[in-house]
Amino acid sequence: MSAESSFSLLGNLGAQDISFVHAYENPVMSEFIAASAGGFMVVGAVIVIALLSYYRGWRSLWFDWLTSVDHKKVGIMYIVVAFVMLARAIIEAVLMRYHQSIAVNDPGILSPDHFGQLFSTHGSIMIFFVAMPFVSGMMNYIMPQQIGARDVSFPLLNAISLWLTAAGAALVMISLVVGQFSTGGWTAYPPYTSIEFSPGEGVDYWIWSISLTSIGSTLTGLNFATTIYKNRAPGMTLFRMPLFCWTTLCTSILMIFAMAPLTIATLMLALDRYAGFHFFTNDSGGNMMNYANLFWLFGHPEVYILILPAFGVFSEVISTFSGKVIYGYKSLVFATMSIAVLSFTVWLHHFFTMGQGANVNAVFGIATMLIGVPTGVKVYDWLLTMVRGRIRLSTAMLFSIMFLVTFVLGGLTGVILANPPVDFAVHNSLFLVAHFHNMVIPGVLFGMIAGYQFWFPKAFGFRLSERWGKASFWCWSIGFYLTFMPLYALGLMGAMRRTVEWFRPEYLGWLQVSFAGAMLLLSGFLLLAVQLIVSVRQREQRRVPAGDPWDGRSLEWSNSAPPPEYNFAVIPQVEARDAFSWMKEHKKAYLSPDNYEDIMVPKNSMVAPVIGVAAIVFGFALVWHIWWLAIVSFTGIWGTVIARSFVTETERVIPASEVRADHEAWLARVREAPVTPREREDTSDNVGRAEVLA
Amino acid sequence: MNTSPLSHPGLNLGSVDEYSHEEAEPVIFGFWIFLMADLVLFALLFATYATMSVQGQADGPSPADIFDLSSAFIGTMLLLASSITFGMASLALKYRADGPHLVLWLVLTFILGAGFIGMELRDFMTMIAQGAVPQLSGFLSSFYLLVATHGIHVTAGLIWMIVLLIQLRVMGRTTTVKLRIMRLALFWHMLDIVWVCIFSFVYLYGVTL
Repeated sequence: MSAESSFSLLGNLGAQDISFVHAYENPVMSEFIAASAGGFMVVGAVIVIALLSYYRGWRSLWFDWLTSVDHKKVGIMYIVVAFVMLARAIIEAVLMRYHQSIAVNDPGILSPDHFGQLFSTHGSIMIFFVAMPFVSGMMNYIMPQQIGARDVSFPLLNAISLWLTAAGAALVMISLVVGQFSTGGWTAYPPYTSIEFSPGEGVDYWIWSISLTSIGSTLTGLNFATTIYKNRAPGMTLFRMPLFCWTTLCTSILMIFAMAPLTIATLMLALDRYAGFHFFTNDSGGNMMNYANLFWLFGHPEVYILILPAFGVFSEVISTFSGKVIYGYKSLVFATMSIAVLSFTVWLHHFFTMGQGANVNAVFGIATMLIGVPTGVKVYDWLLTMVRGRIRLSTAMLFSIMFLVTFVLGGLTGVILANPPVDFAVHNSLFLVAHFHNMVIPGVLFGMIAGYQFWFPKAFGFRLSERWGKASFWCWSIGFYLTFMPLYALGLMGAMRRTVEWFRPEYLGWLQVSFAGAMLLLSGFLLLAVQLIVSVRQREQRRVPAGDPWDGRSLEWSNSAPPPEYNFAVIPQVEARDAFSWMKEHKKAYLSPDNYEDIMVPKNSMVAPVIGVAAIVFGFALVWHIWWLAIVSFTGIWGTVIARSFVTETERVIPASEVRADHEAWLARVREAPVTPREREDTSDNVGRAEVLA
Repeated sequence: MNTSPLSHPGLNLGSVDEYSHEEAEPVIFGFWIFLMADLVLFALLFATYATMSVQGQADGPSPADIFDLSSAFIGTMLLLASSITFGMASLALKYRADGPHLVLWLVLTFILGAGFIGMELRDFMTMIAQGAVPQLSGFLSSFYLLVATHGIHVTAGLIWMIVLLIQLRVMGRTTTVKLRIMRLALFWHMLDIVWVCIFSFVYLYGVTL
């Protein structure tokens, strides 16, 4: 913060808050790294703007994407946000691993403050701006198609959710260039994050970026739950839904209930910091334990908000690439529901050491171990799905199998940590860091990458390169073990998390191995980029217009790739679980419908981008105490909502004749398409008409 | 009766006036879910207040020292009355397709709601004049946050009511506007229930402490 700033129109913001100016005034290594990160962001933005102008993409960007309320485009935009933020968070991770690997009896390359910002942004970004948007994007793209719907129940609200999440992400990115980020970790525990011990804008950046995305997620949960309850195709009973839809439903319910504690916690922290309230302060009756409880009341269900959709992806991938019906469908549904309920009963295990007393700890420890039971049921179901299946080791399948092995390992260390006496010994050590990375990397990231590989041809009409995908897979897998297994050992040796400098020479070797692993993980990410570029270049040989490249089982595979705006020319009648497999087996797939009807689709709207931009401005203004701008942008957000409520023409009609022409042309193409046997699915023979395995 | 092959949770109105009811189902159901999420928020504020009103008083006053029950009671009556008048507005919406009843009941509801907010602001002012500001203790912080969050909700409801009164004038009684009035009604009654909890738990129980 720059208290000496006299120009009140800009609140607390002053020239020396710009990272480049800061580095110029304090020319040390750590500042240079911060300034180059800011520079990367500016250069990246300039390159994107230049490319868009060069290829004349602005029109298309605005009309086809930013103003779109189509759930498929919203989903893709979520995933783009996730990948951009993933790039930053991985680079930060590598930087931290490098710093720690040389910081044994040495100050390393990063100042303690900069190191604090890195682990805070890494954690916040990975949870809120990688995992959450990736999961939301995947649910957005797939779920409506799987239940035979044309869109979610509230398409505009969906776009607003996206823009609120993107606004939060933008604030974190802005903090690279303007000012500092929080050093309070992703959990931002007071009293450290109170104004007394963390003056300045850092914690405020954290508060407002997280608040925006948490409101967006609440709205997403509401929207998806309504869609699943109210918008299913005829015949699609709950127990005929694909498992991914079940996990989406459970995640939505968790979002509805679990985001509020986060919103409240950040709001109270903001009141403490901005207005001198005493919720979490040390004096005047404040109590930081309230923060810990509120934060983890959100934080633990959050783990399952992220992991359940990935469980859904694994269920789909494993069943499809084993060529088999999923084993124990109902047990998987009940296990998912049990996990969703149990996830609200274990939050206290995040702070066993904070003095609740033995009996309370015991209750929560036992509840924590109980979650292992339904999760174990799921693992067995997935294994038994593979038994006697005709397994094809595609990239998506490899990620799923690696998930099974690695996740079980992480689960076991979780059961160890659920034991309060053990937890007292390793609390806040690198053992814990290793444990939760061991859950979320296979449990969320591998799931999302598997889903990305699996559904990419559906979304863009061509397959991704399997060769580069597998290369990336090996980097991710080996990289994971090399990075995090040493952290278990270090944790048991007494190394604490978030440590900026070590004084135990025996740590050195482990830290170096871990850094090597982090480099492999970065390579895995870069190979995903290579895979994308190679596949885009070879897209003509990789096209799958018929829409079913993997012999898919659920309804999203029954339409073209990419699907039309309205998803289904005629809303399908569902007769069984694995609806599309049933159609293929009963020779009811690719039939011409008797008649077509006009289809209403929502019109594009600039409401969501306007709200998104206003939300960025609002957050920025609050961070820098620019009160007039905060009032203007807040009024702008609600003014937009009110103005929108006066718009009556929000839908447009696609005439039946147009639907008929497009759909019949596609059907004709599918009927002519050669049927590809499964062993040739990774060749240019595969145009999306799969051989049906009886 | 059962024309739809599939029954959904919530309203299943498909058999009469099909189109409007199809449109109504997801928005009303979705709004119930929103209310649920909003109630979680209030539940957490209540929980926070429950701990802080006793353990967070520090050197500041206790609830009994500062609450003015009679003033809060007048506010309560105003808000409860506004729920009745909104109920009358809902009946007018359903049974009186024309005539001024709907608008008049809504205007009356607005006046009562605004009266409640006026009473609340007056109470806050009195407390602040006595020095009972939210910065004084954890108890007062949680008190102001809980009660003001409710107050901000009521204010939002009042603004919403103005917008809908304008829309009734500009757009007429279209299905869209009707559905919005129905949702505002749900919102308004929920706020009433929350206030009943605040009055019993914060004020009535508070002065016994």
